[in-house]
Amino acid sequence: MAFESLSDRLQATMKKIRGRGKVSENDVKQMMREIRLALLEADVNFKVVKAFIKKVQERAVGQEVMKSLTPGQQIIKVVQEELTELMGGEQTKLNFSLKPPTVLLFVGLQGAGKTTSAAKLANHIRKNNNKKPLMIAADIYRPAAIKQLQTLGAQLSIPVFSLGDQVNPVDIVRQGMDQARADHNDLVIIDTAGRLHIDEGLMNELDQIKEVSHPDEVFLVVDAMTGQDAVNVARAFNDRLDLTGVIMTKLDGDTRGGAALSIRSVTGKPIKFVGMGEKMDALEPFHPDRMASRILGMGDVLSLIEKAQATIDEEKARDMQQKLLSVSFTFDDFLEQIGQVRNMGPLEDLLAMMPGANKFKGMKNMQIDEKKIDQTEAIIRSMTSHEKTEPEIINASRKKRIALGSGTSVADVNRLLKQFKDMKKMMKQFMGKAKGKKRNPFNLPFM
Amino acid sequence: MNFFNKMKDKLTGKSTAMNEKFKDGLTKTRKTFAERMNQLVKRYRKVDEDFFDELEEILIESDVGMNTVMDLVDRLKDESRARNIKDTDKLKDVIVEVLAEFLTKDNEETKLNMNPNGLTVILVVGVNGAGKTTTVGKLAGRLKNEGKHVLLAAADTFRAGAIEQLQVWGDRTGIDVIKHQEGSDPASVVYDAMQAAKSRKVDVLICDTAGRLQNKVNLMKELEKIKRVISRECPGAPHEVLLVLDATTGQNALSQAKLFRQASEVTGIALTKLDGTAKGGIVLAIRNEMDIPVKLVGLGEQLNDLQTFDADAFLYGLFSELFQNENEDTEDQ
Ligand SMILES: Nc1nc2c(ncn2[C@@H]2O[C@H](COP(=O)(O)OP(=O)(O)OP(=O)(O)O)[C@@H](O)[C@H]2O)c(=O)[nH]1
Ligand SMILES: Nc1nc2c(ncn2[C@@H]2O[C@H](COP(=O)(O)OP(=O)(O)OP(=O)(O)O)[C@@H](O)[C@H]2O)c(=O)[nH]1
Ligand SMILES: [Mg+2]
Ligand SMILES: [Mg+2]
Repeated sequence: MAFESLSDRLQATMKKIRGRGKVSENDVKQMMREIRLALLEADVNFKVVKAFIKKVQERAVGQEVMKSLTPGQQIIKVVQEELTELMGGEQTKLNFSLKPPTVLLFVGLQGAGKTTSAAKLANHIRKNNNKKPLMIAADIYRPAAIKQLQTLGAQLSIPVFSLGDQVNPVDIVRQGMDQARADHNDLVIIDTAGRLHIDEGLMNELDQIKEVSHPDEVFLVVDAMTGQDAVNVARAFNDRLDLTGVIMTKLDGDTRGGAALSIRSVTGKPIKFVGMGEKMDALEPFHPDRMASRILGMGDVLSLIEKAQATIDEEKARDMQQKLLSVSFTFDDFLEQIGQVRNMGPLEDLLAMMPGANKFKGMKNMQIDEKKIDQTEAIIRSMTSHEKTEPEIINASRKKRIALGSGTSVADVNRLLKQFKDMKKMMKQFMGKAKGKKRNPFNLPFM
Repeated sequence: MNFFNKMKDKLTGKSTAMNEKFKDGLTKTRKTFAERMNQLVKRYRKVDEDFFDELEEILIESDVGMNTVMDLVDRLKDESRARNIKDTDKLKDVIVEVLAEFLTKDNEETKLNMNPNGLTVILVVGVNGAGKTTTVGKLAGRLKNEGKHVLLAAADTFRAGAIEQLQVWGDRTGIDVIKHQEGSDPASVVYDAMQAAKSRKVDVLICDTAGRLQNKVNLMKELEKIKRVISRECPGAPHEVLLVLDATTGQNALSQAKLFRQASEVTGIALTKLDGTAKGGIVLAIRNEMDIPVKLVGLGEQLNDLQTFDADAFLYGLFSELFQNENEDTEDQ
C-alpha cells in the first residue's frame, strides 16, 4: 500500500541501464510497465492509462529518451509533460454572463462535496469579482441539506433561497431565479441533490433545472478519492448536461487523485478548482502541472513552496538563513521559526503535501506532533533571555525551574537542549560541506 | 462437487428476497463483471498468458487494486496448473471459487458484535461524505425493528447541518438523539450520550462522528479521544467500530482502512453506495490486505437500503449470469 513514486519505480530499471550505458527497446518496455503501475496505483482509469502509455512509448522510442544520457530523468520529463498537457492549460477563468445574473450549477454523486464547494465558490467570487450572490437550495431529498446550505450562507452572510423540501426542485430554481432578478443578485449558485448518473429520474430533473436556469457554468463536483468508476460518472454527467468544468474535492487527503486524469480525458472539460479542506476558504485554482506530479507520487512541492512564500516573510527567512549559517542561531530564533511554520497552517496539511512524506523510510514515524511543538514552545518560553542566547549556562537547577515553568519534565528539557545542540552541530557540518550552495530556508530542525 | 451447485444449495436455504435486493442494487455491477467474464471465456478458449492479462484488466477496472489482482491471478495460475485446466470454460469455476475464498477468508464473522448482557456501543467513523450519518440512521432503524432500545449520539459537531441531519433520521425512526450545539466538543457529546444510555438502560448506542481524512493527525487524535471516553464509561465498549467506505473509492480506501484502524481499532466495514456503477472490487482488496471484515452494505439512500454483508449473496449477484449459463449448459446435455 505504500505507493512508490514513479522516480523510485524507475530507479531499478535505470541501474541496469547505467551499467550498459545504452537504452534498449526492452528497457523502454520495462519503463513503460513501471509507469503503467504507477498510474494504476494512482487510480487513473485503466483505459486512460493504456492510451497514455502508448503516447509516451512513441516519444520514448522516437529517440528523445533512448539517446539521452539520463534516460530515467528524461522519461519522467516526458511523462510529466504529457500528463500536464493532457490535463490542459490552466483554466480557472469562470464564464461570466454578459447579462446578469451569472448562474453556476453544481451537480455530482452523493457526498462528493457539492454543497460545500458551492458555498466556497460563492464566497470566492464575491471576494474576487465583487459579485452579489444568491444561493438556491434545490436539494429536497437529503435530510437537512437545506439547513446545511443555510448554515454556510449565514456564516458567509450570503442569502439562501429555499422553498423547503416539499416543492419540486425545478420550481424552486425557477422561483429562485425570479428572486435573484428582483433582488439584483448578479450571481446565482444552485446546489442540487447528490444523484447516481444511472438514476434516470433524477438526471432528468437536472435537465429541467438546466433548462429553467440557463447556467453559465455546469460544474461536476468529484471526490478526488474516486477510483476507476470516475470515467463512467464523468461521461454520463457530461453527455447529459454538457459540463463546463469540474471541481475536484478533498485533495487535502493523501490520495494520488488519478481520477483527475481520467475525467479530463473522457470529458475534455477543464478542472477549474480544487477543494483543499472543509473550511470555506479551502478552495484553490487547479494547477495541471502540480496535479501531474501528485499523480506520479512526487508530491505537491510547488504548492508547499508557494504556501511557505505566502506566509513566511522573505526578509526574515533570509535573515534566518544567515543566522543558521553563521551558527548564531539562538532559542529565540528557534521560537520565531516555530511561529512562522504555525502561520503556514496545520502542520499535518503541510506534511501531506511534501513529496513522499508518508512513504520514505525514516520519515514514516516522523508525523509532526503538534503537541510536541507546543511543548517545545513552552520550554523555550520558560527560559530567561540569557538562557536563550547562551544555553550552555543551563545547569541542573535551571533545568528544574524551566521544567516546572513549562509544565514538562527535566527529561523533556534535556531532550530539547540536546536537539538544539545537535542541530547547531549539524549546521556547522552542513556549512562546511555545502558552502556557497543555495539552501532551503525552510529546512526546519523538527522536520 | 460443482461450485455453482454448492453455492445454489447454500443459497436456496436463504431468503430470496434478500438476494433479489442485493441483485437489484448490484444489477449494474453484475452485468458488467459477469458479462465480461463470459465474453472473456468465449474469446479465449485456451488458458494462456493473454487470457490472464485480460482477466487482470477486468479486475483492475473493478478497483481491486494491483496487489490483490496479482495475488489473485497468481493463485489462479497455480490452480489451473495444479488441476491441469486448459479450457477457459472450466477455469470459470475456479475463478469464482478463488474469489469466494478471498471474500470469506477464515469464515470471518460478518455479524455485528453485540454485547449479550447490557449496553452495546457502536462507533461509526470514516472520511468526509462516505455515508456515515445515513448508515447510522439506517442501522438504528433496523436495530429498533429487531426490538432493540436504541439511542443516537450526534458527535459530528463540526459540519454544517450535521446535527440536524441525524435528528431527521432520529425522527424518522422514532429514536432519541443526544446532541449539543454545533462547534462543541464531540467527546463531551459522547460522554453525555454514554451517561444517558446507561441511565435509560438502552440496548444500543450508535455514535455518529464527523468526517475526517485519515491523514489529518489532529482529527484522528480527536477520534482516539472519543473512543477513550466510550471505553472509560463502559468497559469493553465500543463493541463495534464501523468504518464507512464509499464503494466508488479507489486505492485510497486501503489507506483509510489502515489509518482508521490505527486510530480506532476498526472492527468492521460498511460499504456504501454499491447501488452505483462502482464495481465494489475494493472489497476484495480490503479482504486480502486488511483483516477487517465487511459487515454492512449500503444500497441506497432510504431507510431500508442497508444489508448485512453476505459474501455468498454478493458473489451470487456478481455472477448470477454465469449461474444462468451453467443451468442452460446442463439442460443442453
Ligand atoms: N477534507 C475535505 N472535506 C471536504 C471537501 N469538500 C467537501 N468536504 C466534506 O465532504 C463532506 C460532504 O460534502 P457536502 O458538501 O455535504 O457534499 P454534497 O456533494 O453536497 O453531498 P450530498 O448533497 O449529500 O450529495 C462534508 O463533510 C464536507 O465538509 C474538501 O475539499 N476537503
Ligand atoms: N446512492 C447511495 N447514496 C448514499 C448511500 N449512503 C449514503 N448515501 C448518500 O451519500 C451522501 C452522504 O451521506 P452522509 O451520510 O451524509 O455521509 P457522511 O459520511 O455522514 O458525511 P459527513 O458527515 O459530511 O462526512 C448523502 O447524500 C447520502 O444520502 C448509499 O448506500 N447509496
Ligand atoms: Mg449537498
Ligand atoms: Mg455525517
